[in-house]
Amino acid sequence: MTGSATQLMRVSHLTKRFGEHTVLDDVSLDVTAGEVKGIIGPSGAGKSTLIRCLNGLEPIDAGEIWLDDTELTARKADMDALRSRIGFVFQDFNLFTHLTVADNLMLGLRRVRGLKRAEAETIARRELDRVGLAEKWRAYPAELSGGQQQRVSIARALAMQPELMLFDEPTSALDPESVGSVLRVMRELVAEGMTMIIVSHEMAFIEAVADDVLFMAEGRVVEEGSARQIFHEAREQRTRGFIDGIAAALVGEADDPGQAR
Amino acid sequence: MSDWFAFAWANLPALLHGTVYTLEIWVVAMLGGFVAGWVLAVGRVYGDPISRKLATGYIELIRGTPLLVQMFIVYQGLPQIGIVFSPLVAAMVAIGINTAAYQAEYFRAGIRSVRPGQLAAGRAIGLTYIQTIGHIVLPQAWRIALPQWSNEVIIELKYTSVAFAISVPELMGQAKMIGADSFKYFQIFLVAAMIYLVLVSAVTLLLDVIERRYALRQ
Ligand SMILES: Nc1ncnc2c1ncn2[C@@H]1O[C@H](COP(=O)(O)OP(=O)(O)O)[C@@H](O)[C@H]1O
Ligand SMILES: [Mg+2]
Repeated sequence: MTGSATQLMRVSHLTKRFGEHTVLDDVSLDVTAGEVKGIIGPSGAGKSTLIRCLNGLEPIDAGEIWLDDTELTARKADMDALRSRIGFVFQDFNLFTHLTVADNLMLGLRRVRGLKRAEAETIARRELDRVGLAEKWRAYPAELSGGQQQRVSIARALAMQPELMLFDEPTSALDPESVGSVLRVMRELVAEGMTMIIVSHEMAFIEAVADDVLFMAEGRVVEEGSARQIFHEAREQRTRGFIDGIAAALVGEADDPGQAR
Repeated sequence: MSDWFAFAWANLPALLHGTVYTLEIWVVAMLGGFVAGWVLAVGRVYGDPISRKLATGYIELIRGTPLLVQMFIVYQGLPQIGIVFSPLVAAMVAIGINTAAYQAEYFRAGIRSVRPGQLAAGRAIGLTYIQTIGHIVLPQAWRIALPQWSNEVIIELKYTSVAFAISVPELMGQAKMIGADSFKYFQIFLVAAMIYLVLVSAVTLLLDVIERRYALRQ
């Protein structure tokens, strides 16, 4: 898929309010098939709200969201079917705590896709193997480390064979040792040409993998451009301030995130 | 002492016969209460405003009145409007109605404690709202509610003894009759108490095993 310029998702003039508070203000973005889009910005900028809107987990107040040639925001949209085409990875994993890893991966395949157990199992085993946790097939989430849970949650999303993967700060809840294993899985997805939108504070990672980066603040897209432009040649003062602030915070940290991760 | 044993031994068949009734009342009431409890809990959390009010009203009404009063209404009150139950069935219905309200409260608390992210994760893989409730929220709510639910079923096992008041010959009823015949109230109630203790211990053990099985799977 890489290289084709097919438009996969189009978001135009999205506005979202919580009561009086406008959390997303006229946000527009385009995602082409195979593209990796990074979203960065300070806490409270509306990043989580934005990507939750993108698979219909949050209703919106104005604007349009299209996936391929289907409008998510249409009144009669089959949201359940649309959601099953979009993978979502949460900051705090949200694995189904009462189910084994195997059943976490197979639930959607069986209940949404209607696959037989044997078919679901083949796909689930393949995806679990892809994230390097084949031996955890029978484990319960509580028996896994945070990094392992997040990799399982990525596998759970991948099992649905999504056209697009959304990541909401997938490594923010992890201890530093686990971050690398999750980013490694994500890098492999990038290499395979998966279309991804990644909200993250892992600046080195975003700079390395993103084709395009959005900097958000206070519910608006302040600046959008190539990773190189956003991280090194930002036009907006706010963007530069944010990037420099993060860089300053990283100085003195023992490990080089670009290397280790 | 040997007198005591002889007396207990001679009356054991009658007491065990009563115990069968005790267990029958308990099992039927618990199962009925389990099903009705879930319906009430789901109605109270997910229902439209009318179902929510109805479920809440039922729960408050039952929890606010004594079991004994509820049982007499079922056994002696309902016949006035043409609904007649045998004493045994009346006891099952009354205790079932009673435990349903308590079980509903524990299930509701369980539903409320399921983390919202679990629901979001269910929706995110494309499950419908109903599927998410059925496959994710309710199974987790059940595991969360299990310790309190266990308490409730053990309490109700002991409460089956109120059925003697509408002349069901369950364990307590048998003991009372034997006591009246022999005047050995102290001895017979002691034996009855021991049988209750054995029943409660067995049920407690069983529930502990179930709880441990679920320990990792909340
Ligand atoms: N469910 C909600 N109800 C009310 N306000 C919310 C809700 N979710 C997020 N917000 C508010 O929306 C703003 C953006 O939040 P969020 O999207 O989580 O930002 P980010 O992910 O960039 O840190 C914040 O001010 C937050 O308090
Ligand atoms: Mg966030």
